[in-house]
Amino acid sequence: MKYIALLYGEPDAGPAPGTPEFMQMLGEFQSATTAMADAGVLVDSSPLQPPQTATTVRVRDGEVQLSDGPFAEIKEQLGGYYILDCEDLDTALRYAAMIPSAKYGSVEVRPAMVMGPH
Amino acid sequence: MAQLAGDLSLAEDCAQEACAAAVAQWQRDGLPANPGGWVVTVARRRALDHLRRESARPGKEREAVHEWTAAEPDGSAVAGDDQLALLFACCHPALDPASRVTLTLRVVCGLPTASIARLLLLPEPTVAQRIVRAKRKIRDAGIRLRVPDPGERPARLASVLRAVYLTFTEGHSPHGTGAVVRDDLCEEALRLAARLHRLMPDEPEVTGLLALILLTSARSAARADQDGALVLLADQDRSQWDRGRLAEGRSLVETALAQRRPGPYQLQAAIAACHADAATGSDTDWRQIAALYGELLRFDPSPVIEANRAVAVAYAEGPAAGLAILDTLAASSRLARWPQLHIARAALLARCGRREDAVAAYRDALALEPADAVRQHITSQITALAAAPAPTEET
Repeated sequence: MKYIALLYGEPDAGPAPGTPEFMQMLGEFQSATTAMADAGVLVDSSPLQPPQTATTVRVRDGEVQLSDGPFAEIKEQLGGYYILDCEDLDTALRYAAMIPSAKYGSVEVRPAMVMGPH
Repeated sequence: MAQLAGDLSLAEDCAQEACAAAVAQWQRDGLPANPGGWVVTVARRRALDHLRRESARPGKEREAVHEWTAAEPDGSAVAGDDQLALLFACCHPALDPASRVTLTLRVVCGLPTASIARLLLLPEPTVAQRIVRAKRKIRDAGIRLRVPDPGERPARLASVLRAVYLTFTEGHSPHGTGAVVRDDLCEEALRLAARLHRLMPDEPEVTGLLALILLTSARSAARADQDGALVLLADQDRSQWDRGRLAEGRSLVETALAQRRPGPYQLQAAIAACHADAATGSDTDWRQIAALYGELLRFDPSPVIEANRAVAVAYAEGPAAGLAILDTLAASSRLARWPQLHIARAALLARCGRREDAVAAYRDALALEPADAVRQHITSQITALAAAPAPTEET
């Protein structure tokens, strides 16, 4: 079953870049990713550029509307993702807990919908 | 069944079909040697047929078919581990806390939605909706029906224990069935608690829950008279109490408390042990029981516990002291739907000599449609109050 782990955090949460703690956090990301890859559950993963780089696309009445953002009011921002292929939710949750974002923010784990043939 | 099907609704449908087939075939051919195993085998085959039809679909259905085909089928009945697996899945932390107990009562214990609604003091549609949503999440999020690894168990324990506890509560004072005790549910809860205790012998709260169920169920035979009416603890024939269960329960409480990690189930078991230790109702150490309820409130500040403490205080210090606590509680809207609160108030009002107020409180309880046996008890109390001589206040 495929799961996506969405990494959320406040912009200032976690160690500041350049500090030894930041380097340690990068190391933890690396070892989490390696553990997932070694277990054969990692499909894809990446950090994301900040929300200021986002563009929202809407099609209304056949017309494509583009806008800057979204600039949501919520403090926690989407900062990256992992796509995992695990046998069950518990397995996916175990890997999600290894991601440092779980310590400084939160990780939302969602199953991908299994589409039937019809 | 559900483990194979990976889908509770499918498992239930297949089990129902198997039971229907059983009725038809057993009437024709007589009972098989192992009826439980027969039903499980037939239900498994139906689930497999269903899954094979679906197996062109990717994902877990196909995996489930592989897993279960490998496990299949010697016709043996559902093992205890399967039931624990189902219990842990229904109490999975990924489910909303309110839904866990509801789903356990429905799926593991087979309680009808209406009983669950009365037990949890909730409207029936709310309960039905929770069950549907929780089943859907188990299926769609890929929650597997398995006993978690030892490291994961402590985090999963509280909601599992609560579900077993509420199952027992429903068995010990059932709603709307006309019975004082539903032994099937009590024994189901006892089996689940004993299995959890075997799985986790060093968790004092698991031990405490098992002790609580043993000590309370030991009194079941004395809880109803020959006509099936409720007999209150104070009036019970204590020679009918199950000495074996009391001894086992008492020894388990001591083991648990000696670990010095107290919790709500151990404290409730300690209260039950106080009752078990009293040779007669009047020998009961109510001060100790009131103190234990006070301790229990620190873990579970619920109005139901407070109501129980009020009754203990009334015995230890006089009815007026207990009544003062209950009057405050009766003002709380949620507990106002709980018949036992009004029954307890009525009993204390009667002991204070306030006969008319007592009858009014009993009528409040009747209006909440309590179980038949409780209804009989209330009616007889009202009759007794009407027939009693002019009231004298107990001090």
